[in-house]
Amino acid sequence: MQTLIKNRRVRDAGLQFAFVGGIVAILVIMVLVGRTNLEAQGLTSGFGFLERATGWRISFSLIDYSTNSTYARAILVGILNSLFLGAIALPIATVIGVAVGVMRTSGNGMAELVGTTFVELFRNAPLILQLLFWYTLLLGLPSPRNAEPILGGIALTGRGIYIPGLNVTGGSVFATILILVATFALALWLGAKRWPDLHLRQAGKERKLLWSVSLVIALVAMWLGRIPETSLVNFPEAAGLNYRGGIRVSPELMACLVAIAIYGAAYIAEIVRAGFNAIPNGQSEAGRALGLTPWYIFSRIRLPLAIRIVMPTLINQYVWLFKATTIGIAISFTDFFMIISTAINQSGQTLELIAILMGGFLIINYSMAWVLNRVNDAIKLKGTQLRI
Amino acid sequence: MTDLSMQHTLSFKTVKKHYFATPLNSAITVLLAVFTAWVLWGLFNWAFLDAIWGYGKNEECRTHEDGACWSFVATRWRIVLFGLYPFEEQWRSALACIVMLVVAILSCVPVFWSAKRLPTLWVIGFATFYILMRGGVLGLTPVVERDWGGLSLTVFIFAAVCLLGMPLSIIFALLRRSEMPWIARTMALVIDVIRSLPLLSIMFTFAIVLPFVLPDWAIGDKLYRVIIGYAIFFACYQAEIIRGGMQALPAGQEEAAKALGMGYWNRVGYVVLPQAFRNALPPTINQFVITFKETSLVTIIGFFDILASGRAAAGTADWSFATIEMYVFVGLIFFVFVFSLSRYGAYLEHRLNVGSR
Repeated sequence: MQTLIKNRRVRDAGLQFAFVGGIVAILVIMVLVGRTNLEAQGLTSGFGFLERATGWRISFSLIDYSTNSTYARAILVGILNSLFLGAIALPIATVIGVAVGVMRTSGNGMAELVGTTFVELFRNAPLILQLLFWYTLLLGLPSPRNAEPILGGIALTGRGIYIPGLNVTGGSVFATILILVATFALALWLGAKRWPDLHLRQAGKERKLLWSVSLVIALVAMWLGRIPETSLVNFPEAAGLNYRGGIRVSPELMACLVAIAIYGAAYIAEIVRAGFNAIPNGQSEAGRALGLTPWYIFSRIRLPLAIRIVMPTLINQYVWLFKATTIGIAISFTDFFMIISTAINQSGQTLELIAILMGGFLIINYSMAWVLNRVNDAIKLKGTQLRI
Repeated sequence: MTDLSMQHTLSFKTVKKHYFATPLNSAITVLLAVFTAWVLWGLFNWAFLDAIWGYGKNEECRTHEDGACWSFVATRWRIVLFGLYPFEEQWRSALACIVMLVVAILSCVPVFWSAKRLPTLWVIGFATFYILMRGGVLGLTPVVERDWGGLSLTVFIFAAVCLLGMPLSIIFALLRRSEMPWIARTMALVIDVIRSLPLLSIMFTFAIVLPFVLPDWAIGDKLYRVIIGYAIFFACYQAEIIRGGMQALPAGQEEAAKALGMGYWNRVGYVVLPQAFRNALPPTINQFVITFKETSLVTIIGFFDILASGRAAAGTADWSFATIEMYVFVGLIFFVFVFSLSRYGAYLEHRLNVGSR
């Protein structure tokens, strides 16, 4: 026995078995206890409840949903809302973040001051506090009756922001988005496989051709999906106590967008600044020696290099920001997390719903990281280019 | 680079170089200056010129729409800072916060940076905090955790998470780096899964779902369950930071220790971890900053932290118009802590860089 314990291989195997077994045992005990508790409440475990009708409303949904819809549909609504929020907030955060990051490295004292203030102000207060702050501000906007449309038909009211919309069907909007995403993927794939071997000018021509063809197809798809006998653009108009027409962005969605875009921008600005600072001075000095204008040095030398440097950090930041969208529950924005927690309250199927929540986030985060990593692979510097 | 040149005397030349180098630069400077002045003037008007100060002037504030109502802070600050804590005992809550603040400041002093002193400092500080808050000994009236609130609850959760999470993160990092493949793989899976979940869902699971799947004797108080959940989440992030610090070590360090015949614990304790912590110091401080900020998420699952107590203070009908002022006040409190900590982190990073060059 003594020698058996002293034998390294036996001891290692025993330790590993105990460790993995311990974790598995804890999980199994939890599931078993959860089952007995469920049965004590007269609920059956399993995913059968997904087919049942929910009976509760969801305030914001991209697809058709009513109180008769199933739990599965409600969860789909939640996932789509989360993705929608992320898909709008993250690009806005990126644009603002890059702008602020460029400001902080521009060499102009005033721009640096403004950029620094922005970053320090919004990075040093909790996101949820900022969210509640923006939400309070948005609810404090004038009532629809007193609000005047500005900038060609945007109305800022306490009941939501009204913006002009297009009179097209949801299907055609979806098709357009799909076409653009497919084009982007195709461009990435060609950028990695075909274009590097071609002459620069030839590759440029093909890129332009690809994008113009897809844009035309997208516009045609939009046009075909027009709702008949209406004007193409739909302006919001004051009608009685409220606004009618256009697209209403609810204060909840707007507050989430603003909060995540600004908070994310502050973080992205720091990443971008670090990226610009990591570019050796020799690069822009070489550009100046060649007589390039400052704009050329920025847009053709420093920006492309900076994008490649920050890409890996940026990917982590996106995943992190997407996880942060769950705080929408604080102001009752019906995102994935909020729908799951409502469903737990209403149906009591705790274990299954938590499993769906975790599985959902794992899949979304991993696929997001996967896609962004492919983008990174496609654009990163290779071989002899690597010497920056 | 810029920092140095900014410190130059404001001579005509440096002003020209930094603000008016080219016509475009001058235009940007003037435009931004006008914009900044406009924003500052608006803020100044709101916060000072048109503001209402003094105790209990909510009737005046109600009719006054242009300026800030600092009267809210002057009147209700005790509710924002101390929440439901018994009124006569609130000095204890304040003192407890000051104790933790002193502990935090002391741990920034290099004298305390050793594997024995720092944990001792934090354990003593935390115990003092707990005794002050909880009472029941030394003639202090007991106050149960349910009645805690405001800043001290935020500080309590933060300190407890760090105190639990730090040792846990070292264990996680060592397990993750273990030479036994199954332990390393399982730990990697656990860390990856927890890291890709939102903190809110972890807190929610520990607060609301866990009682459901645990045997009765293991359920415990909701506050402590959330702290444990948050500590595990913290540990998973921190473990990756420590592991990064370990990976930055040259392989020769551990090999030399092995060649000298040092055992595993000696190697880890005297060679690997001290250097790994030095490497990982800047991201670790960043992690503390994020952890402190995200403590405010507990308000969603129904704890009375400073954000919740602020909302309660501005939630009554006679102060409901002062919500923005409340958020500014609470935001400033967070800002003071987080900003000083992140400045300290930046200073430290700078200092460490100087040393390694």
